[in-house]
Amino acid sequence: MEKFQRIDAPAVAMAMPNIDTDQIIPARFLRKPRQAGYGDFLFHDLRFAENGAPKPGFILNRRDAAGARVLVAERNFGCGSSREHAVYALWDYGFRAVIAPSFGDIFFGNCFKNGLLPVVLPAEAAAALRAEIEGHPNGRVIVDLETQRVTAPSGKEFAFDVDPFRKHCLLQGVDEIEFTLGLADAIAAFERRQAAEWRWL
Amino acid sequence: MDTARSTLFAKIWDRHKVVEREDGQTLLYVDRHYIHDGSRRAFEVLAEKGLKLRRPDRTFGTPDHYVPSSSRDISAIADAEARAMVETIEVNAARHGATVFGLRDPRQGIVHVVGPEQGLTQPGITIVCGDSHTSTHGALGALAFGIGASEVAHVMATQTLWQRRPKSMRISVEGRLARGVFAKDIILAIIAQIGAAGATGHVIEYAGSAIRGLSMEGRLTVCNMSIEAGGRAGLIAPDETTCAYLAGRPYAPKERDWESALAAWRALPSDDGARFDREVTLDAAGIVPMATWGTSPEHAAPITDRIPDPSTAPDAQRRAGWEAALAYMDLAPGTPLDAIPIDRVFIGSCTNSRIEDLRAAAAIARGRKAVIPAWVVPGSGLVKAEAEAEGLDAVFKAAGFEWREAGCSMCVGMNGDLVAPGQRCASTSNRNFAGRQGKEARTHLVSPAMAAAAALSGRLTDVRRMLAEG
Repeated sequence: MEKFQRIDAPAVAMAMPNIDTDQIIPARFLRKPRQAGYGDFLFHDLRFAENGAPKPGFILNRRDAAGARVLVAERNFGCGSSREHAVYALWDYGFRAVIAPSFGDIFFGNCFKNGLLPVVLPAEAAAALRAEIEGHPNGRVIVDLETQRVTAPSGKEFAFDVDPFRKHCLLQGVDEIEFTLGLADAIAAFERRQAAEWRWL
Repeated sequence: MDTARSTLFAKIWDRHKVVEREDGQTLLYVDRHYIHDGSRRAFEVLAEKGLKLRRPDRTFGTPDHYVPSSSRDISAIADAEARAMVETIEVNAARHGATVFGLRDPRQGIVHVVGPEQGLTQPGITIVCGDSHTSTHGALGALAFGIGASEVAHVMATQTLWQRRPKSMRISVEGRLARGVFAKDIILAIIAQIGAAGATGHVIEYAGSAIRGLSMEGRLTVCNMSIEAGGRAGLIAPDETTCAYLAGRPYAPKERDWESALAAWRALPSDDGARFDREVTLDAAGIVPMATWGTSPEHAAPITDRIPDPSTAPDAQRRAGWEAALAYMDLAPGTPLDAIPIDRVFIGSCTNSRIEDLRAAAAIARGRKAVIPAWVVPGSGLVKAEAEAEGLDAVFKAAGFEWREAGCSMCVGMNGDLVAPGQRCASTSNRNFAGRQGKEARTHLVSPAMAAAAALSGRLTDVRRMLAEG
């Protein structure tokens, strides 16, 4: 996994709550191989008309959305299906951080496994940030994981919490499977104990 | 920790800790790992790293997402990529030694129907699967939750997962359900009350006399939709219903082990006075048949209600959500729910495709005629066989319903079973998301009895009226 870098880039705002992973990437694209790249599938049915033309009203089709690396969303972003392809699509499109008042739990976990940073900000802070982004079409948002701060285009700062282990893994680009394989003895000891206690499993 | 007053969740969690770090991350052991035809990516990761499946004996699966409901012949899958998904799970299982009930096996079905049916899902164990509806298995008192592909690969390689201990929440449903009101109505009423993010970060324990009074099938329906309330998992304490359900199932403990297992299971329920981070209570007698009107499961209301007016929404973000939902659904505020016309009906999915669900729908369909296309898709080959032995297939066919083969079918929009653009489907599935059942498809979530009633009338219908007629 790539090490997480400080982000200083344009951002886009989506004010709708409950954006589910079916909307982030419709089911019919999930059978594509990972190498195919998922950026074009991101928000596909919100983003493109039947004939493939970009829908003019959708946020990612606006000129000022070019180069966006940060998405500021509403409550329960990424709810629903566990499809990790939702994270692949955001990542392949170019997003490196998603900010929202709350996330679907599975989506939230999937982000960390792929180098995408999900940031929880209080609802009022997320709303203020969205308002600033809308008001500063060329404004940049800074997301600094090291210091756990988001900086709005106006310079206003918001602190956020992050799990220390996950922060470490993102900043160092830790491969979690390799890390856990290093604990093989503890896992084997657990298995021996359980085999003795719960023979029926 | 005060072990004298522990919750069901805490007992399972504490028993499965392999390593606990000071920063709060816990390496949790996974007792059973369920896989399906969508698990291909994780096998690829395993291959890329040159790793083996650590515990093939703890890994069970069946193809469900991509299988056709028209036939058990794999050549019935017209799309080559989809066909490859179904083929690959059997190839991977053979290569790694996992147990998979393939397309031609009578035990094949939706993984969340098959696990309990085979007795693989048991009280007190941990279960994960690369599917959000893994919460279903909590109905038997197992800690079960959905994970993404990277975590699936992690479990394949290590049989463990890094997790942070979730919070606990108890939802108590007390009292008796009225006639015509089912488990599906309970969970929709819960989600309508607490919201689609109401249980985010929590493991829910469902309790109370109405939950205890449910059959195992009903409990599976309730726990299945925990994820639609944002819950990490749903749990119901094992009791005599649980033990009676498991007795004699193929993978349930046998003979002397059965007695040992029963003793362990009986110690699992939350202790009196155990503390939960949140408590919610519902009155069972106040629940009436429910239906959704929007594009989030929280957009659910009693069938006797009208579609709400976004101008009365409690806050701006909900107003925006309601407006977008009504635009997508092409519905106007103030419309009575039972006046909404329906184009087709889907009875199936991991929420409502078990034998009792089919019996409830058949009881409404018996001797009547569907006026719109209606599909019945059993949850597994064994459910299908049991229904046929009872003559339910004949009831459905006589009423003009289509009787199909087991799989996820029209719930997931990825196997060719689709609701056409603009069509309105009364569905027993779990998600009314925009585009879930097909591009521009409109979904109304209901119970199996309500779905059958909609098939007979061509609109959303209060099933209690049909019970009175019957």
